Amino acid sequence: MSIVSETRGQAPSLSIVLAAPLRLVMGALNAPMSFVQRRFGLGGMGAVFLAPNMLIFGVFVLIPVAINLAYSFTGGMAIFFGERHVVGFEQYRTLFACGDYTQPATCREDAFWQSIHNTIFFVLVQVTVLVLAALGTALVLNREMRSRGFWRAVFFFPVLLSPVVVGLIWKWILQRDGLLNAVLVDYGFDRTLWLAERNWAMFWAIFVSVWAHLGFYALILLAGLQAIPRDLYEAAMMDGTGRLRTFWRITLPLLWPNLLVVITLALIRAVQIFDEAYVLTGGGPGTSTLFITQYIYETGFAHVLRNLGLASAASILMGVVLVGLTLLQLMASNRRNREGNR
Amino acid sequence: MSAVSTFLLRRRGGKGWHWTDVLAYVWLGLGLFLMFGPILWLALSSFKTPANLSEFPPTFLPLDTRMAAVSGYEKPLPLYRVKQDDGSERVLAQVRRVGLTAQLVDPADPQTIIRVPIDKRIPEREVRLATGNYTEPLQQFNFLRYFQNSIFVTVMATIITLIVNSMAAFALSKYEFKGRTAVLGIILATLMVPLSVIVVPLYLVVNELQLFDTLWGVILPTVATPTGVFLLRQYMLTIPDELIDAARMDKASEWQIYWRIVLPLAAPALAVLAIFSIMWRWNDFLWPLIVLSRKEQYTLQVGLNAFSGELNVQWHYVLAMTVISILPVAAIFLFLQRYITSGIANTGLK
Amino acid sequence: MKGFKKLTLGALALTLSASASLAATEVRIMWYSDGNEGEVLQDIVKRFETQNPDIKVVIDNVAFGVIKDQLPVQLEAGRGPDIVRVVELKSQAKHWLDLRAHLKDAATFEKSFSSTLDWMRDDGSNALPGFMTQLTITGPLVNTTLFEQAGVPVPGDKATWDEWAAAARKVAQNQKVPIALAFDRSGHRFMGPAISMGAKVIGPDGKPALVDEGFKAMAQRIADWHKDGTMPREIWGGVAGTTYKGANDEFVNGQVAVYFSGSWQVAQFSQKIGDKFDWSAGSEPCGPAACTGMPGGAGLVAVKYSQHPKEVARVMEYLASEPVVREFSERTLFLPAHQGVAAKGVDFKSKDPNVKKSLDTFLKATQSASPLALKMQSYKWSGAIYAAAISRLGQVVSGEAQLADAYVRIEEDIKQKVAEASR
Repeated sequence: MSIVSETRGQAPSLSIVLAAPLRLVMGALNAPMSFVQRRFGLGGMGAVFLAPNMLIFGVFVLIPVAINLAYSFTGGMAIFFGERHVVGFEQYRTLFACGDYTQPATCREDAFWQSIHNTIFFVLVQVTVLVLAALGTALVLNREMRSRGFWRAVFFFPVLLSPVVVGLIWKWILQRDGLLNAVLVDYGFDRTLWLAERNWAMFWAIFVSVWAHLGFYALILLAGLQAIPRDLYEAAMMDGTGRLRTFWRITLPLLWPNLLVVITLALIRAVQIFDEAYVLTGGGPGTSTLFITQYIYETGFAHVLRNLGLASAASILMGVVLVGLTLLQLMASNRRNREGNR
Repeated sequence: MSAVSTFLLRRRGGKGWHWTDVLAYVWLGLGLFLMFGPILWLALSSFKTPANLSEFPPTFLPLDTRMAAVSGYEKPLPLYRVKQDDGSERVLAQVRRVGLTAQLVDPADPQTIIRVPIDKRIPEREVRLATGNYTEPLQQFNFLRYFQNSIFVTVMATIITLIVNSMAAFALSKYEFKGRTAVLGIILATLMVPLSVIVVPLYLVVNELQLFDTLWGVILPTVATPTGVFLLRQYMLTIPDELIDAARMDKASEWQIYWRIVLPLAAPALAVLAIFSIMWRWNDFLWPLIVLSRKEQYTLQVGLNAFSGELNVQWHYVLAMTVISILPVAAIFLFLQRYITSGIANTGLK
Repeated sequence: MKGFKKLTLGALALTLSASASLAATEVRIMWYSDGNEGEVLQDIVKRFETQNPDIKVVIDNVAFGVIKDQLPVQLEAGRGPDIVRVVELKSQAKHWLDLRAHLKDAATFEKSFSSTLDWMRDDGSNALPGFMTQLTITGPLVNTTLFEQAGVPVPGDKATWDEWAAAARKVAQNQKVPIALAFDRSGHRFMGPAISMGAKVIGPDGKPALVDEGFKAMAQRIADWHKDGTMPREIWGGVAGTTYKGANDEFVNGQVAVYFSGSWQVAQFSQKIGDKFDWSAGSEPCGPAACTGMPGGAGLVAVKYSQHPKEVARVMEYLASEPVVREFSERTLFLPAHQGVAAKGVDFKSKDPNVKKSLDTFLKATQSASPLALKMQSYKWSGAIYAAAISRLGQVVSGEAQLADAYVRIEEDIKQKVAEASR
């Protein structure tokens, strides 16, 4: 047990994060868990550790997703499954009825395709900007400096706000007579309708979503940066390696697993962008910032005559695409990990 | 002053200025302005009157018209700055406005009515905090009860999340077993489904389990967060396997390895997840709204949302209550962020 | 952990003590608020409880979103509160309780609300599910100070839409305000003017037949007014789909000459505008067919799944009684749906002269609304019509579509919705 006590001495004490009674419980669980280990063997322990999470997960996530899948093959207005009509692939056919997928106006569900176009653009730009900004912020916050807690809070506080409030603050800043225009007019510039010009509206939708989520991802990366052994840096410094080189050769490779978390989560969240963009631009002007989740929400819930079938079909399509993307990413990272371990 | 300059000029390593130092401070300065500025403004705005809130262009500070008690008038009168024909200005109290003309009096001489065109007068304003934004909702609602429910949900959900997610992450990062990638794939895949999309099916499940209108109905569906599993798993990948192998040699049970080696080493990631979980559960809104229907069960966010009507949102209350509801989470953040420090800084293993 | 346990126990004890005091039958009202109506209801309910100690009324104050998104799911599952304040009355009619058998005086109840009862029951039914807590009517709100300063008379009773637009433009130019005519981005708001222009809306087969000459006449005007700057682009063109957008803040800041919205704005405007300028509701602008706004409002209905229909009926009868409706309307500044109250006039409790004037104008407008506009309230496909009209015309305003394409899309959208819902 020598290593155990050694590392525990150096790691920050968890006694406050996980309260003392909890530690007692964990200790008491040792006997039953040892029994389980004897029963299932070392190899079976993976499944045992997974079980509680997967049980809750299965009941509250997988089953609803399965029901959702079933919904997408039905039509009608009823909410409960039994009262709906099975229509086969009709909802999917409606979504795919299109003359030219690059021209949303030629599609039956033009809003759906327009929202896909918008979402793809948004995701590409927003994720790039967000990940780079979060990395930069984490690197800066990782430096030795005074009042570190304060600076961390500065970047993290927007994460605490509800999307509605985020959208509201920025609407006040950006509207016709908002704060930004007031300042611009003071300095002799013309006022711009920031949210009524299509390119500006997209710009601000991206800006505000980066603003609102930056702290979240920076915090994950910060934890990752802290996990990089200090002695590696000391060794590099002794060798006279430059800062940029240290970053490329040490920081980035060791941060990779956490960077993967950030990229994956940012990607998923970006595809699901809804609340703050909805409050800020409402999808406008026209449909130029209409994103796919807003389309699904409007079709399935906001409309008086809710079309659950069509909304479910759209959400399933979105899920399939995302799963594909993530699996590709995972496979790439797995290969990288294996190479890294060698 | 010297303290400030040493603070500002402190650098890593203590050798001359590197361009990354400059960049870092520019970044912090920008952050202070762009990230914190709007938050500060929000906090100030929560003290504005409804009229002041919807004013163009928006004011930075909460302003309200100054009032003065004038003898002969029952109620205090609003003060206006009036531009006179000779170009001088004086402060008068307005008695009433009739069409385009305002009738004002000098508070020192309340007998003489002075008539002024309304565009010649500007309200005399001062910083005044509309504390009613805070006190009125607190009187109207059973705030304490909402608060208790929110704490219950947040604490319970966070504890369960931390335990259950870290166990799963441990399994997914430190064990080789068949279907490991598949399990991870499934967990990630469901991350893709926004809650708003599966609300109806989820409602059916919760209804079936008799959890409707209970706090457990709010807690349980949220605790197996895919984000948490993924986050912890990726972090645990960076923990050297040698540590675990060594412990196994020492005859430690798997459970002991989990909670006495892996958990302490994953402290920074656990702290991050704790912060996120507390924040998520505290701010959760859509799901509690669907599950909870009686006000005895309301969480803070659900209770406070009563200010959003069909035709009107009472923003002055919403903002004030937003400030109140983020205060505890902000404090918890400041406390927990200290645990985001080197976990395996000097393990001696490379 | 210890403190936490204490807290749980405390919460538990609270629940227990709460249920212990429940010797009386509990009736739960799910209620949303736009303004002070929640507090007013609370006062009224308290009085009811002292008169009826055997009933305890609990008001669950919720966001409108709950009523819109959560309630339908609950109702489908056979759950729900005992009484609820709803806007979507007609489409959920099958969930409402017929109070007729439980009311002490069903005849009076029926007579008081006869003009609006069809809004909340299935076609051909004579059920008494509840009553409208307020009527609303769409109409123009005028910044009269701006008109006065510009020397332009406010258009009168028979003024047409073109005259209104011209007057608004003149005032905006003269007074240098940026917005001449603001118009809520809402299909419901648009339909009143369209009906005035002669839109028939409903085809001979009872199905929607929206795009006709009258509809086109109003749609064309909206498009033109955006082109020539009478209407601001950022409202109709500002958001996508069916999303609502108003111009409240712009009007409150004196930047709008005429704002076409509705009676529900009055209380809020009085609070926010205060003494800054004078404003008032204008009479409904006319077209060749009518001068009508669109009525609307929210209703308080009893839910079929209630365990205590008798007690629910007693609460409802009290809330719907003439003096209570009168007090409620006077204090909330809502237009009453109770015909007896409306006929005698309401003494709205506000010191602001703009309020009384506006509410009186709106009250008059509710009584002269066109039969078709009234019928839209109880028409099954209104929702589909409003949604199609606003989302497609919005695209025209933002420059994404031409009017001719929009007409085709509107017809298609409605047809699809009708087909899906008729399955």
